[in-house]
Amino acid sequence: MKSLLRYAAAAAFFLCALASADINVGVTLSATGPAASLGIPEKNTFELIGSPMIGGQKVNFIVIDDKSDTTEAVKNTRKLISEDKVDVIIGSTVTPNSLAMRDVVAEAEVPMISLAASAQIINPADPKTKWVFKTPQNDSLMADAVAISMRANGVNTMGYIGFADAYGESWLGEIKRSAQTAGIKVVAEEKYNRNDPSVTGQVLKLLAAKPDAILIGGSGTPAATPEKELVARGYKGKIYQTHGVANSDFLRVVGADGNGTLLPAGPMLVYEQLPEGNAVKKSAAEYVTIYEGKYGPGSRTTFGGHAWDAYKLLQLAIPEALKKGQPGTKAFRAALRDALENSKEVAGANGVFNMNAGDHNGFDNRARVMVKIENGKWVLLK
Amino acid sequence: MDFSIAALLTQDGITNGAIYALLALALVLVFAVTRVIFVPSGEFVTYGTLTLAALQLGKPPGTVGLLTGLALLAGAIELYAALRQREWRRLPTRLALYVVAPLLIAGAVRWLAPLSLAFPVQILLTIAIVTALGPLLYRIVYQPLAEASVLVLLIVSVAVHFAMLGLGLWFFGAEGSRTPAFTDASFRIGDMTISGQSALVVLFSLALIGALYLFFGRTLYGKALRATALNRVGARLVGVSPILAGSLTFTLAAMLCAVSGVLIGPITTVYYDSGFLVSLKGFVGAIIGGLVSYPAAAAGSLLVGLLESFSSFWASAFKEVIVFTLIIPVLLWRSLTTHHHEEEE
Repeated sequence: MKSLLRYAAAAAFFLCALASADINVGVTLSATGPAASLGIPEKNTFELIGSPMIGGQKVNFIVIDDKSDTTEAVKNTRKLISEDKVDVIIGSTVTPNSLAMRDVVAEAEVPMISLAASAQIINPADPKTKWVFKTPQNDSLMADAVAISMRANGVNTMGYIGFADAYGESWLGEIKRSAQTAGIKVVAEEKYNRNDPSVTGQVLKLLAAKPDAILIGGSGTPAATPEKELVARGYKGKIYQTHGVANSDFLRVVGADGNGTLLPAGPMLVYEQLPEGNAVKKSAAEYVTIYEGKYGPGSRTTFGGHAWDAYKLLQLAIPEALKKGQPGTKAFRAALRDALENSKEVAGANGVFNMNAGDHNGFDNRARVMVKIENGKWVLLK
Repeated sequence: MDFSIAALLTQDGITNGAIYALLALALVLVFAVTRVIFVPSGEFVTYGTLTLAALQLGKPPGTVGLLTGLALLAGAIELYAALRQREWRRLPTRLALYVVAPLLIAGAVRWLAPLSLAFPVQILLTIAIVTALGPLLYRIVYQPLAEASVLVLLIVSVAVHFAMLGLGLWFFGAEGSRTPAFTDASFRIGDMTISGQSALVVLFSLALIGALYLFFGRTLYGKALRATALNRVGARLVGVSPILAGSLTFTLAAMLCAVSGVLIGPITTVYYDSGFLVSLKGFVGAIIGGLVSYPAAAAGSLLVGLLESFSSFWASAFKEVIVFTLIIPVLLWRSLTTHHHEEEE
């Protein structure tokens, strides 16, 4: 009887070991709270991915919500690592959360792929950022595109109005640097909150400085508020937005006032208009077709694309790591980190990744295009 | 800053101030009659705008589902209460008020939503839906707690706020909406252009405030509410039902918030979570009025609107700081000038 129990226990242990041979991926996203408009398409993307087989192993994505809250994101990360024994963390949606999560993953030596924009998340390369990767384009890459486009349009002075949060601050810093390089003067900088009922004061102040172009550093529909106010006050210069507005809700809210607006964006937004042979066209089409197949035409957002790209990186890195260790072990996680760092020419929805020890994003100019809004449509600028 | 900029800022400030004033009135009204700090007032505002936006798209808004659910819940509570107390006489009236009326509104909206309705009809439907949520919320959440302390009521209000916030995200999604302007007209006084929209907002607010004044001054129900606000026990002794007073108060407050929501929709983009900040500014206005005086609350809200508008011009990064710091000198001044008497809890 006793030996029977012992066998049963051994069998149970063996079964557990088999079950835990699944690869667990912990995902913490801002599906509610202020960043919900970014987090929801990311969550939708993981629902599309489901539990795929990669390298002969079943991969489980454990998705939890961090309510756009930094403390919550850190708590989620700890929980995913200690309770769910995940081999890699994806998230979070926003920069402050991702910055705070770095300490946790570095301490536990678990690789992490952030879906937030700021380059601060992966720079500078040090022991803390060694474990951290990110899929969205660095703000600097996008800011350079804006400055180049302004230069080409003969802009000499620009104004800036952006969110009074990490997103707006980061863009302000980057655009000041890019503008200086391009020889453009920033003559006014204003802040607003995404929930402000009115931005009249800020807009009047911007207009008083008479800039040739104005950049709005906001994301999603809140970025339409200053734009509508600028148009209502008769601003005649060029209006630029950031890639944060790239979803159909922005087009709906900004309406006719958005005509002629320029913005840098990930190529997936306009993949149909990309020339044949473009490196991203095929991989972007793959994602957008699946996504819009489920969530309806025009539902694509570049944010969902960042989540997809994290999956694409793992799809290639996991088989490499499996050669070096079993899922759930330290060796596997270290090998996974090395494999991610060695991602070469991985085509995702938003660009092509070429990572190395000094660059844990790995995007180049192929990850950005300039887009113009014409009659409620995104139009690729050639 | 020249005159034209100052004029524009003033106009913007007055428009926003008028909207805050409606919210401040709702807050003062609810607090005076039921001692509830009406934290979820902001959600009623956003529900107003977003319901209207959904109707514009020809979709039945999520609030209809909420209305149906709350009506059925309230009906179940009434039935249970009647069963326990074996008191059937009042049941038909209560069921008619809490179940039949909301279900009729919900049914009408479901039926009418896909038809492309005239804009004024959509506005009326919106106000009907959101207003009907008010008394149901009172029946389900606050009526069982009518005798609780102010602190308990505040905590419950915060809970209701979070529940409604989450439901808002579920109903309307994370992205914001705008509704079309009531009018594109604008007219000039001297050098100043006044947009018809701003003028309408101010006029609507003034008209509502006037209507409330008449209601409280001239009608029996209005006087009953005032009596309850002054002395709850005394009002009860002379036959004013506290349940009726609470229910009526929440209906009025919900209507004020719904109207604010409809008015604010064309001016700004409204998100599911916009309401809290707007209601907080109304709250600052109401605090200036000491949470008792309607005219002072309206004036305070106007001050908040103007301060916000001018500080967004001078120092946009510190706008909220400036607006909310206003509350400290006001509280200091109030605590120094008014006699303090603790209400027995």
